[in-house]
Amino acid sequence: MSGVFMGMPSLPVFGDGNLHIDEPFPAAAHRELGNTQMRANLRHATHTIRDKRLKVVGELPDWEELRDAGAATKNQVMANLPALLEEFEKNFTARGGIIHWARDADEANRIVSDLIKEQETTEVVKVKSMATQEIGLNEYLEEQGISAFETDLAELIVQLGHDKPSHILVPAIHKNRTEVRDIFLAEMPNVDPNLTDEPRLLAMAAREHLRRKFLSAKVAVSGANFALADSGTLAVVESEGNGRMCLTLPETLITVMGIEKLLPAKEDLEVFMQLLPRSSTGERMNPYTSLWTGVTEGDGPQNVHLVMLDNGRTAALADKYGRTALNCIRCSACMNVCPVYERTGGHAYGSTYPGPIGAILSPLLTGIKSEENSSLPYASSLCGACYDACPVKINIPEILVHLRGEDVDSRRETKKLPSQMDLMMKGAQWAFSSGKNLGLLEKGLPLGKLAAGREKKIKRLPGIAAGWTQSRDIPAPPAQSFRDWWKKDHQPAAATTEQEK
Amino acid sequence: MSAKEEILSRITSALRDAPTAEPIPREYRTTSDMPQAELIELLVDRLEDYKAHVDVVDSARLAATIAERLKDATSFVVPHGINEDWLSEAAPANDARRRTDTPGAVLGIPELDSTDAVLTSSAVSIAESGTIVLDGTGDQGRRAISLVPDHHVCVVPVSTIVRLLPEALPRMDITRPLTWISGPSATSDIELERVEGVHGPRRLDVIIVKGL
Ligand code: SF4
Repeated sequence: MSGVFMGMPSLPVFGDGNLHIDEPFPAAAHRELGNTQMRANLRHATHTIRDKRLKVVGELPDWEELRDAGAATKNQVMANLPALLEEFEKNFTARGGIIHWARDADEANRIVSDLIKEQETTEVVKVKSMATQEIGLNEYLEEQGISAFETDLAELIVQLGHDKPSHILVPAIHKNRTEVRDIFLAEMPNVDPNLTDEPRLLAMAAREHLRRKFLSAKVAVSGANFALADSGTLAVVESEGNGRMCLTLPETLITVMGIEKLLPAKEDLEVFMQLLPRSSTGERMNPYTSLWTGVTEGDGPQNVHLVMLDNGRTAALADKYGRTALNCIRCSACMNVCPVYERTGGHAYGSTYPGPIGAILSPLLTGIKSEENSSLPYASSLCGACYDACPVKINIPEILVHLRGEDVDSRRETKKLPSQMDLMMKGAQWAFSSGKNLGLLEKGLPLGKLAAGREKKIKRLPGIAAGWTQSRDIPAPPAQSFRDWWKKDHQPAAATTEQEK
Repeated sequence: MSAKEEILSRITSALRDAPTAEPIPREYRTTSDMPQAELIELLVDRLEDYKAHVDVVDSARLAATIAERLKDATSFVVPHGINEDWLSEAAPANDARRRTDTPGAVLGIPELDSTDAVLTSSAVSIAESGTIVLDGTGDQGRRAISLVPDHHVCVVPVSTIVRLLPEALPRMDITRPLTWISGPSATSDIELERVEGVHGPRRLDVIIVKGL
């Protein structure tokens, strides 16, 4: 291995797969905003989960201390990633697990598909995994003649509805109960035609639908929430028991996991298993967590594989201002508190990763120059609610601003002429560099008042500033600048105060 | 270059600014001195919140309570290492309702699927979050037996209850297949309304035993 380090830093290699928005965020958001049913569903859902989260977080007197420990642990992981990966591989392999490394989405898809074919089956059951969605595994398998059945209720709703997930934890958050019932009636074979929209009955219908699949599946594909380097242990956190089914009953288990999911040691679970359930579903603990270390004779799958995925993660790691985005534990708290997400929904972000974390993670994984992803860092009002909610304290607003800077720089590279924005900034630099310059400029204020006319509003600014006035009016500037007013009104007063001393 | 070599070389290159990370501050609670009676009360409260049924009994009443909880089951599975005394009132060794899962003579999936209930012990429980941990040892059995039957009766000896997760982890053998259970299977996927009972056991009965 050491032979490959030539002292030449290589260029970052970006990721591919379901990470791209097809159209710029503003256009996508505009369309999604028109879906009032979706907005009502989303509002209801995000508010419910927000309140639950606040309640269970408030129960813990040491929540902030847990966040500090969580953030520091993840920073440690990123700083020591090569050593931790080696340690994990050694331990996982020693217990009978087999590790595969995948540089990108394509390579990961091929590995998984070959492993399934080795088992001579054309059906697999799947438990919720962001990574396999990111690499587009289901679509790839379909091309190979393999059917992948999503078993998480929300994923099932999305899959049956030929839809896309819109939330990382509750992918069908945009559908209400009646819409779910309609999807089940239309798409589930042998469903009771009298099915009502009561959530309990809908869940029962899903149980019936999937039970045979679980009991007969030869191969399962899963994601992983955590991987412990010091023991080679993997963990999956879930609610319904579909995870336990997939991780226990089939003979072959294939897990796909990003290389950033590592934790150094067993004791780190005590932090993350307090942070994750409370931040994500707003529960003290999720109903089921499964942990396994390679193969256990006589218990569970005897053919255990793990695909370690890069797909742009190393590129994100190379960005020293953005790399903490890799600390994300996919709890979804940031999207549940985000005012932009609440209104546009997850589909507007295009990528597998929506909401505030998606707005930084997607462009970090694909590179800011990739397609329309450069519009994602602007999908935020920088209100900071995501940072406050994040259990591992990722400073999302700061990274958004950093990526906006990257975007502007990358555009400048591609254009010879300075843009209007550059000229404006140059102008501002001149104006604010000295009081005299600013004073000179302010002499023009009455002109602005004139431009505003009798309505006292400027309705259209020229050039790129037109974007600003597209949806708002600017009040007319005052006849006199603040500095002039201060000079006239306060100079004598200030002098008086001086004398009174 | 193999994929592994290439990825590790990309990482090394990405970290060429040699970031250093601060040591992990562990200022959160790692110990507690909650008296046993309060521990039990807290665990019961959490489990009931998850819609589990909970009995708190003295060890002398355990066999009778197990018999009561398994009363409606037409069949149930026990792991090979279960304490036979616990079954003295529910099912003697030759009871037709009882199916024992033994290494080398395991029950098949269809057989488990046609079994109503399962009885297991547990390794450690966390009161603050209402979590019971199974570790697959003899009195808990392999994972499939506590998953496929629809009704799980789980014994929690009081000596295995702690308050905090950081107190529980040292008691777990992390390389065993572990299942952490916090209530019966549930979903909140439809309008975030919690519904108990999807794929895992829909009924969870917990028996907390004093003096064990
Ligand atoms: S960025 Fe933070 S809040 Fe958002 S999903 Fe990731 S861990 Fe959760």
